[in-house]
Amino acid sequence: MLLFGLVFSLFLTALLFLLRVYFVLNSGSNHPPKTRSHVAVLVVAGSGGHTTEIMRLMESLSAAYTPRHYVIADTDKMSEEKIVAFESSKPQSHTDVQFTINRIPRSREVAQSWSSSVVSTLSALRYSLPLVFRLQPDVVLCNGPGTCVPLCITGLLLRILGIKKVGIVYVESICRVQTLSLTGRILYLVSDYFFVQWSSLRDKYPKAIFLGRIV
Amino acid sequence: MKTVFVTVGSTRFDELIESVTSSEATQVLKFRGYERLVLQVGKGSLLPDADSCAHLSVEAFRFKDSIAEDMKQADLVISHAGAGSCLEALGAGKPLLVVVNDKLMDNHQLELARQLHMDHHLLYCTCSTLTETLKNMDLSVLQPFPPGQPKNFANFLDKALGVK
Repeated sequence: MLLFGLVFSLFLTALLFLLRVYFVLNSGSNHPPKTRSHVAVLVVAGSGGHTTEIMRLMESLSAAYTPRHYVIADTDKMSEEKIVAFESSKPQSHTDVQFTINRIPRSREVAQSWSSSVVSTLSALRYSLPLVFRLQPDVVLCNGPGTCVPLCITGLLLRILGIKKVGIVYVESICRVQTLSLTGRILYLVSDYFFVQWSSLRDKYPKAIFLGRIV
Repeated sequence: MKTVFVTVGSTRFDELIESVTSSEATQVLKFRGYERLVLQVGKGSLLPDADSCAHLSVEAFRFKDSIAEDMKQADLVISHAGAGSCLEALGAGKPLLVVVNDKLMDNHQLELARQLHMDHHLLYCTCSTLTETLKNMDLSVLQPFPPGQPKNFANFLDKALGVK
């Protein structure tokens, strides 16, 4: 009887959790947005081309997107330099913290196998969870490096738990013309705004937003 | 001095360096009025000497923090199919010839080069057709590649998030 109760309550919890996930994933952008003056952004910078692209997007955002929390892989010196150069070019009128740089272990080296990607992504969750829970961003903005996945999943978790409605914005790299990246394919399922930069991808992925080339 | 800049990005592509410095290719380049050949050879095993070509002056290096200056000075860029190199050359407004490494398996980097070729932003060949392409190429058919519009992204996001 006790066992039955336990199984039943577990089943009920799982069912409620799944319902909540379903609700969260489908509520998305249908609600009219409340107006706001500030948006806290978590920006995931990758290496090389990814960082170049995401910094071009950051340059276009207004001062309302404050504070900006950058997440970079701990092996990535180049991105840090680009971020610091960009941030120091902005007017520093406020006394509040306008940006932070946060390092996490790299989750997927180029040409790493899928199975070891899964393991390193899971281990990256250990770092992503405390980081995203602490920063509580309004929006996670990312464009493809493997580190996006654990961070976006954590953002989603915050929403599922009802702690904060974290929006997930994904911009697929300009390099992707016909096929999505692995990260793109995963985050297509959970992102609120999923941008592609070639019409051939919009045709294949109906949820994708196509505004032409944006980087 | 009319300059050709050859770049292989962060990879190695000895076959390209070998083809472009061959006596046939350099002769064609000379004939087309190019006088200087700058080679970024990356991790390749070939690092040609300054006097390795009879027809052109040659400068070769492996890596630099930024190749923006080399791009700027070039009258023609010959590049591997890497997206970063292609976008940098087109962004600098340079005529671009992409040489595909047909020994590499098809990878997603080729997607972009192929599409940009279809849209007439660059020329496209392999090492074995390089000399022929240099001989017959018509750079005037190339269309400029307009820069992206991040402002469209920002406007969309402002509206979606209700940012005032």
